[in-house]
Amino acid sequence: MLAGIGIIETALAEQTLPSVKVGSKKFTENVILSEITTLLINHGEIPAIHRKQLGSTRVLWSALLNGNIDIYPEYTGTIINEILAERGLAGEIEEALSQRGIQMSKTLGFSNTYAIGMKAETARRLGIARISDLRNFPDLKFGFTHEFMNRKDGWSGLRKYYNLSQLEVLELDHDIAYRGIESDTIQVTDIYSTDADIDYYSLVILKDDLHYFPDYHAVLLYRTEFANRWPNALRAMLQLEGHISESEMIKMNAQAKIKKIPENQIASQFLAKEFGIHPKIHIETITDRLLLRTREHLFLVAISLTGAIILSIPLGILSFKRKKIGQIVLSIVGIIQTIPSLALLVFMIPFLGVGSQPAILALFLYSLLPIVRNTYTGLSNIRPEIRETAQALGLPSLPRLWLVELPLASRSILAGIKTSAVINVGTATLGALIGAGGYGQPILAGIRLDDMGLILQGAIPAALLALLVQGFFDLAERYFVPKGLRISQNP
Amino acid sequence: MQILNSVFEVKGISKIYDSTQALSCVDLSVPSEQTTVVIGPSGCGKSTLLRLMIGLARPDTGKIYFEGTEITPMNALLLRRRMGYVTQTGGLFPHLTARKNVILMANYLGWEKTLIEKRLLTLAELTQFPKDGLQRFPAQLSGGQQQRVALMRALMLNPDALLLDEPMGALDPITRYDLQNDLKGIFHKLRKSVVLVTHNIEEAKFFGNQMVLMQAGRIIQQGTIHEFIETPADPFVTRFIKTHRGPLEIQKGGDA
Repeated sequence: MLAGIGIIETALAEQTLPSVKVGSKKFTENVILSEITTLLINHGEIPAIHRKQLGSTRVLWSALLNGNIDIYPEYTGTIINEILAERGLAGEIEEALSQRGIQMSKTLGFSNTYAIGMKAETARRLGIARISDLRNFPDLKFGFTHEFMNRKDGWSGLRKYYNLSQLEVLELDHDIAYRGIESDTIQVTDIYSTDADIDYYSLVILKDDLHYFPDYHAVLLYRTEFANRWPNALRAMLQLEGHISESEMIKMNAQAKIKKIPENQIASQFLAKEFGIHPKIHIETITDRLLLRTREHLFLVAISLTGAIILSIPLGILSFKRKKIGQIVLSIVGIIQTIPSLALLVFMIPFLGVGSQPAILALFLYSLLPIVRNTYTGLSNIRPEIRETAQALGLPSLPRLWLVELPLASRSILAGIKTSAVINVGTATLGALIGAGGYGQPILAGIRLDDMGLILQGAIPAALLALLVQGFFDLAERYFVPKGLRISQNP
Repeated sequence: MQILNSVFEVKGISKIYDSTQALSCVDLSVPSEQTTVVIGPSGCGKSTLLRLMIGLARPDTGKIYFEGTEITPMNALLLRRRMGYVTQTGGLFPHLTARKNVILMANYLGWEKTLIEKRLLTLAELTQFPKDGLQRFPAQLSGGQQQRVALMRALMLNPDALLLDEPMGALDPITRYDLQNDLKGIFHKLRKSVVLVTHNIEEAKFFGNQMVLMQAGRIIQQGTIHEFIETPADPFVTRFIKTHRGPLEIQKGGDA
């Protein structure tokens, strides 16, 4: 496993060392802003890469603090209420940020505030125009994003501030919420004021009549270290200050969401119009993308599964030989399995940053249980008579394990590895949430852009890969499970 | 110093399994180059005694000597290679062919290939095991053939003692009859010290020069069948040897 991590580290180092790293949250506007920033820095002959849709505020902020990324677009309201969680004047924010080695640009020119929205038609029918009006309709179903549910300036504050008494509040993904509105499963959701979705789904923004939401000016957060190391990049990037108007941003969001134009093209068109520069952009073909995603996905699965096999089989053997230790080992790997994958991924960011490392570690941890348990069960199910006979022959314990016990448990062990591998292929799609790439990338982008085709570009290969893995292990059984066992089913 | 013409000396052993007294204060001397039959009803402790003798379990109290050496966890592994052990269903390794089952230990100990082959053929002949069956897996062999392979495996390293735990207990009557005859011939030919555990008085009479009758973890009587009949140590001895229904009894049509 250590060697495995070593290899990963080298691979990552080669891939990312000498360039400026721009991150983005997993919603379209943020991706476009980062794409513009990246192209702008690139144009100045400074290498910059864009790590797309890494996750939510928490993920991006930790990645920035850790130096996994140098820059990402953020909103002032979020910085005050969510990141620093204390109210203060602009000067104080900058001071608080710089204590953490972070600096903030001036506003990029627009504000994307949180807002409460509902379908225009429903709002008209019920006569709702202001957030206060919602008080009269406690039966309306609310669906809010996970982030909004848990933020200081989110639902809990809003409920108190406006004295709302909604009974049913669902917590769901931003893009899924729009679909819920569309199908009338929910009637009210949190939206961003610059979202293209407002027009796309014919929504209205309810008036914040009591002025609950603060300003959310778009800014760039960047590391002081980056500013010192790449002064030219900083200068290039800060040209964006005050250059993006609200209408411009809404237009760009709509291009991505509705016209399905790739973000890098939108960014490049904007730079051409605004700054007269024409950055070279790489237009990916489907094949390019598929090959890249496949490579990333296989990388995640192969390393994590290999590591899991190398650790789990000895752990399973240990559990079998020492029952007390075994109970502890089995409980620990069992508990790991119950940690929600997203929580585990996010939890590891402070230690391992974003990218493939935390994803591989998480997949590795999830792959342990089936293999440990099946190794243990396979060994335990060997008839005591057979085990004792091997002992009675005078075989010492290691050769006994190697010549008798492991071959007899091989079918069960292999079945465990197969289970782990198939789960691993599926879970690896979540790696995209923290920048590990793989088939999850098109799935995330597809959900974000409401593009079924894009979702399928990730979902179909992932399903095929799972089938392929299954088939591979069915074949492997012929090689690893001794012939005598395939004749008789009961060892 | 142990008596030289005994292969096992069992001295005052007791063993408790799951809070039941499996053996209490058992003393036994097993003579060399003879067949000793340990007999008794189910659960009398005879299999436990055998397991202690081959060192698969440790007595709670008492000592067991094999050819003058006390069996300890330290030396059990090496001593076992001088004993052969066959269980009720043979305990063949299902993932190995008959041949590989038999030669497993010799291979592990690094015997020369030609020596292994020679020994294998000698044993196949001795146990009357068909040579073409050697490439088969246990699942492809009949119960009787499996026991012959188990015997070959037990004899591979040419041990001094053979310990057999109801080796014919799972066989049908005809197979059992044939195997009993063959085994008796083999024991006679090899002049090994044999300890055979059975609950069948007929089988015991057929094999045993020496019989050991056990009940509830104790040895009730040790001796020949004639001694059992003429001078029973306990009423249980007489009852036990009378349990067999001979052919005459069936002719009389009695279910008495």
